[in-house]
Formats: sequence, structure tokens, C-alpha cells
Amino acid sequence: MRKIFDFHGGIHPPENKQQSVAGAIELAGIPAQLTLPLSQHIGAAASPLVVLGERVLKGQLIAQAKGFVSVPLHAPTSGVVSALENRLIAHPSGFTAPCIVIDTDGEDEWIDHAGTEDFESLQPAELVNHIRQAGIAGMGGAGFPCAVKLSVKPDTKITTLILNGTECEPYITADDALMRERAELIVRGASILNHILKTNEVLIGIEDNKPEGITTLKTAAEGSNIEVVAFPTKYPSGGEKQLIEILTGKQVPSGGLPSDLGIVCQNVGTAVAIANAIDRGEPLISRITTVTGEAVNTPKNFEVLLGTPMAFLLQRAGYQSKKNKRLIMGGPMMGFTTPDANVPIVKTTNCILAPTENELPTPPPAQACIRCGLCAEACPASLLPQQLFWFSQGKEFEKLEAHNLFDCIECGACSWVCPSNIPLVQYYRNSKAEIIQTRQENQTSEQSRTRFEAREQRLIKQVKEREEKRAARKKAAEERAKQAADGDGEDPIQAAIERAKAKKAAQENA
Amino acid sequence: MTIMLEWITQYPLLTAVIALLLMGAVFGAILGFAAVKFKTEGNPIADQINELLPQTQCGQCGFPGCRPYSQAIADGESINKCPPGGESTIQALADLLDMEIIPLDDEHGEEKTKTVAYIHEDQCIGCTKCIQACPVDAILGAAKQMHTVIISECTGCDLCVEPCPVDCIDMLPLEETLQSWHWALPNPVSRSVEIIASDANNKHGKAA
Repeated sequence: MRKIFDFHGGIHPPENKQQSVAGAIELAGIPAQLTLPLSQHIGAAASPLVVLGERVLKGQLIAQAKGFVSVPLHAPTSGVVSALENRLIAHPSGFTAPCIVIDTDGEDEWIDHAGTEDFESLQPAELVNHIRQAGIAGMGGAGFPCAVKLSVKPDTKITTLILNGTECEPYITADDALMRERAELIVRGASILNHILKTNEVLIGIEDNKPEGITTLKTAAEGSNIEVVAFPTKYPSGGEKQLIEILTGKQVPSGGLPSDLGIVCQNVGTAVAIANAIDRGEPLISRITTVTGEAVNTPKNFEVLLGTPMAFLLQRAGYQSKKNKRLIMGGPMMGFTTPDANVPIVKTTNCILAPTENELPTPPPAQACIRCGLCAEACPASLLPQQLFWFSQGKEFEKLEAHNLFDCIECGACSWVCPSNIPLVQYYRNSKAEIIQTRQENQTSEQSRTRFEAREQRLIKQVKEREEKRAARKKAAEERAKQAADGDGEDPIQAAIERAKAKKAAQENA
Repeated sequence: MTIMLEWITQYPLLTAVIALLLMGAVFGAILGFAAVKFKTEGNPIADQINELLPQTQCGQCGFPGCRPYSQAIADGESINKCPPGGESTIQALADLLDMEIIPLDDEHGEEKTKTVAYIHEDQCIGCTKCIQACPVDAILGAAKQMHTVIISECTGCDLCVEPCPVDCIDMLPLEETLQSWHWALPNPVSRSVEIIASDANNKHGKAA
């Protein structure tokens, strides 16, 4: 039995998972139109490879990765590219972003593709390249390009691979459904990852509120070196750093990465995507999304094509728009309100939450901080949320950094326990963004300064050169005048006249 | 030795004066040597001030660039003459120099949102006047060729607008993109919830 560790803080919000957990994963089907944002991940947006009116096949590469931290995009079904334009996407800003729009033809015709029968015969670098080409971004929520995470520096030895099946956020059951129904694929993905990283141990971490998932995974993992570890339910144990502490007792240093400890963490959904990409050559074109909340009649998990409008999925689950005031992408703790019901499902959409006002009421107005300290007790990163709150209000960025604001994982535990209903996380998000912006501004002003100084140097040099030339000309003229005056050497004017005469004579002779 | 001691006891005042003069000469020599040996290049305070200025090189302060203004501040010029830097720069300068925070001197302009120059390329006649005016070499072009602004290098200093003979340069505000967007600080008023019943007539924080 593995020793289970605990992390600081954490909360126990109502789980609300039972609504969507019953029943099998349902295929959502093909909507009339798919909208695929070019940026569905952290890093640079992909650049499109298709033209307007082009027919694309299922699985065809339609946008290629641009730079190292980027992932390509594939057509989720066959159809015709009907637009390449800015469309509304699921983002808290409510902004539009460049998208490829495909009018589907319902034939769902695959492009030629083949997997590798024996992944063990391939080099790790080749496998990472396959994963990169398959467009896999972390499916847990943040959407970090998977291949980048696997390309660890050659001198770092990865000893532990952790698959994250925690799914600690209330309401969401997408990973749970995956573990119950596709445990073999998770185990397969884990073996591929293990072949790439050559680790000593492979752990799959699951909260103990998913007993069925634990049993199926344990059965599937029998005979392999994969260990399925169940631990007590607590939010946010699914945070990467929290999960690492639970399973290994080690803390990722502030500002560090899990690979500093020799650990790589991947979501179970990502493992399935990797297994599909390697074994069958299928790129990432669909995902499991939970549709839940009291405003839908039949909450359940869907296997949905990327780019499907949320409204299409909601309709399949029996959505009653009258009951629902705001649609949330993600869970109630870390999700955000979507600007519109027609925004597309992307690689990171693990849940659509359509709550009634009764279920998730509009937060009451914030009151003054009473310094009760509940937030500091709840903080899983052992920060001082009440201090950060004051510094954030006063825009004291240096103090915020000194109090390790950047270790905040924005889990929302502090806001959840706050008796004064202060939206603490929003303060931290704002401050983080402003600090990053200030850093960028400093960088650009530094750049402007060097350019300004270089220009000044150049101007000074130009003036100097001009002066020198002028001085040289003056000196030469003076010298000539002096020579002429002295009489030694011939008179330049006389010499020129003679040269001209000689030339004329030569012409006449010819 | 004894003669010297005798002399000292005979002329104590003179001895003291000579001793002090000698010490003065020795220390003076050491200090003089140190001043030459450990001479600081430039003005370190001016450098620190220059690092806090926004480096737009716009000259709105009345000095030809950020570097000369930082030199002037080091020599006693007031710190509130930089409109692009605005309040935050004044605060940073006040912290550095241990001075009172003073409001921006509006004689030199107001704090505006960041803008970048945009050349209407169909109207540009290729006179290179803006290129010569740009303090950071952010305009690309040649004589009788169309000019254009390298947006990432433009500091929004306005200096190219004035010299343009055909008035084809506009200062456009930088648009907020998906990359530059971030969460605003929460505003309790905008949540449109009434704290007490009487707040219903008192929405948006207006005084009753």
C-alpha cells in the first residue's frame, strides 16, 4: 500500500457529480457547422493550411503548428471550408478570434491514416513527434501542448509518471466516464508515455469518490507496472502540484516545474488521445464533455467533435434556456461564464454547466474583509490570500511577488470560504496580468532605450565623419593652393590646358 | 630623538599645526588618488532614473529624450513632467528619490492611452522626414519609396506627425486583443445587486 500524503488547505464543496455520472458516454453526432478556433491551447495560434471552399476530410490537417509551443489542428469530420474569419469563442473576454468554419457533409469520410502496430519499436523522439503531429494539447483544462511537456531536457531524468484522474472539481464527470468505459486506452496511453519517458514508476491518481473508475482501471492495469492510487476526496487535489504532493510527499518548488523533481503529470484524457494517435493514427478531433446543471433535463457525458456549438450539445441534453441565466464553461470553481451559447467546444472544454439561479446564485455583493483567516486555512498553495487581497487592491506589485502571488493556482478555494463573499481570485488574476504586462512594458522600454542610444551614436558618428571629410577637403585645397603659390610643381590650370591640347592633337592625328 | 622631543615641548602650538598639516596632506593625497582610481563613469542616479522613465523619447518634458530628462531630474528638475509615464512613473521616481508624490504637470500633456503611429500608405510621398524625426528608428522607408511603421518598435511619441508634409500619419490607439486582455479588478457596483432596499434608487454608485 502506497503512503498517501496530504496537502495544506483544501475545501469540500458539494460534489454534484451524481447527476451526470449515470449512463454511458453518448455520441453527440455531427452538427451542420463546426467552428474551429486556431488557438485552443497555450502558446502560439496555429496557421491555416486550407482555402475557402476547399473540401476537407475527417482527420485532415487544416492548420499547422507555428513555433515550438503550439499544436496543429485537424478537421473533425468531412465537409467544406465555408469561412476563415473571426468568430466568438469561449473566453471570458467575450472577444472574437480567428476560426476555420467547416460546413459538414454528414459523410464523415476519413482521410487515409494508419497507426503503428508496435510502438515499442519506435524511438521516443519519433513518438513525441507523432503526438505533436496529432495536435494533442493537455485535456485537463489548461491546454498545454502535450509534446512540449514530454520534451524534457536530456539531462533531466524522469523517475515518475503521474496520470491525473482526480477530477476534483464539482459537477464534472468526463474523466470519470473515460475511466469507467475506456480504461484499456488509458493504460495503453500510460505504457506509451512510459516508453517515451523511461520512468521507474507509473501512478494513476484518482479521488475515492469514483469507486467504479478505480475498479475498472485496477483491472485494466493488472499485470503491468502501473499503480492505481485512490486517495480521499478534497478540492483541489487535481491541481498538478497538489496531486504530486499527495502521491509523493514532495513539493514542487515555487516557480519550478514538476520535471525539476523528475515527475511528469498528464491527464487521463490526454493518455487516451495519445493511445488513439499512436495505435490508430487518429489525431485529436473529439473529446468527452460533461453537460450538466439543473437547467438540462438529462445531464450526461458526450463524445463531441471539436468545434461543435455548445447550443447543439445543450439541445441534445434537453436544455431549458428559461431556467438558465448564465452558461459556464468548466466547473463551478474555476470555470467562466461564456459570452454566448453558440461558442464552439474546444480541446479544453471538459464541462458545460447550465445551472439554475437557485443552484448557483449570483454572488451577493462583497463586504469588507474581516481578517478571519479562513482563506489562509483553505489555500492549497499555503499562501496568505487576505494579504494578497490588500496588496492587490493597492496595486503593490512588489509585495505581491514577495508574497508568491505567482504560486496561486486560481482554484477559488479562498473565495469559496470567504464569509464576506469577496471575489478574491479575480483580484489575483488582475494583479498577475498587470505584473506580467509591466514586465513586458519594461522589456519594450529597454528595447526603445537601446534603439534610441544606437541612433544617437549613429548620428554623432555621421556628423563626425562629415566634419572629417570637410576638414580633409579643406586641407587638400589649401595644400594645392600652397603648391601653386610656391611655384614648385606645375600650375594645375596650365597642366589641364596642356592635357586638353594633347588630347585634341591626338584626335586630329587619328 | 631627544632634540626633537625638546623642540616639541618648547613649541607645542607649532608642533600641533605642523602635525595637522602633515595629516591633511597625507589624507588629501589618499582621497585624491581614490578619486582618480575609483572614478564613476556617468551619473549613477541619472541611470537609475532613466531606467524608470518609459523611453518613449517623445520630448514632452521639454528635454530631447528620456536620457537628458533623467539627467535633469538628477540635477534637481521636478519629477512630474512625463505624461507617457503618468502616475506610476511619478510614484516610482518619488520612491527612488525619496520625494513627495506630486500630480502630473499638465503643461506637458495628459496621460493618454498608448497609441502607435500609422502611415496612410496611399498618401505617403516618400519624403523621409518622419524617418529623420523618429527617435527609435521605427519607421522603414527610403527617399521616394513608401514608408511604414514597425508597430512593435513604435513608442507612440507623436514626433513623426508634425514633420509630415502631406499629413498622412495618424496616432491610433492600440486595440485590446485576446492576448492583451486580462481580468479587471472586481467592481462591486457593477454587480447590479441591491445591498439594502434603498439602494434601488441609488444604482451605479451615484449619490442620492
